[in-house]
Amino acid sequence: MENKMKLEFLSKSVNESFARAAVAAFVSQLDPTLEELADIKTAVSEAVTNAIVHGYGHTEGIVTVSCRLEGQLVTVIIEDKGKGIENVALATQPLYTQSTDRERSGMGFTVMETFMDSMTVESSPEKGTVVTLTKEIGISS
Amino acid sequence: MQIALKLNQRTLIVSLGGELDHHGAEQIRTVIERAITERDVKNLIFDFSNLSFMDSSGIGMIIGRYKLIHSLGGSVALVCTSDRMKKLVTMSGLTRLIAVYQSVEQALTEVKGA
Repeated sequence: MENKMKLEFLSKSVNESFARAAVAAFVSQLDPTLEELADIKTAVSEAVTNAIVHGYGHTEGIVTVSCRLEGQLVTVIIEDKGKGIENVALATQPLYTQSTDRERSGMGFTVMETFMDSMTVESSPEKGTVVTLTKEIGISS
Repeated sequence: MQIALKLNQRTLIVSLGGELDHHGAEQIRTVIERAITERDVKNLIFDFSNLSFMDSSGIGMIIGRYKLIHSLGGSVALVCTSDRMKKLVTMSGLTRLIAVYQSVEQALTEVKGA
């Protein structure tokens, strides 16, 4: 099966649940297990939260989530045009967090890596961040 | 996101239902902090047995409250039955700070006995 969709929404925290629910509903056509769906929802929630909290911070911008299905492969791309990440290698380490004024566990990227098959992060300071997540559905791990 | 608070002597039991993310965590934080200052709370038990979803924002929220309760000399416990949430809690290293129980009753006994 081949299919794709794209969502654009304001960087409001109330949209975090909307984004993960929309991706989960779209991915459902591949007939994933509840476990696979929960993995994807959690990873998308982490990426969208990062875009809202770190990408845009106290400013407001657009978060784009696109999802592609090719066969059993799900690719989700979460994109913001926010302040970007200076050092991606450092930011993706477990327990690293940029926030000082909020309670963040520093676990976001680790959760994405653990629950998905692959994660890539591309970022440029002042330009934004693109997180690409993939997962193959129907492969029991 | 549903929040229910119950006070058992000086132990505050916070039972959450629905989905816990960064948006919900901010609301819960405000509710808990108010309860702690207004009601002379010493210990805190998070009951996550009715949560259907949680991401790492839930972990951050627990760590924040742990710091506060710990500084007041109390203890924090977590009740969590789902394997997925336990995995997240273990991954984060949170289990080194707080104990995880299968039921509120069990958590209450341990926390009050401490």
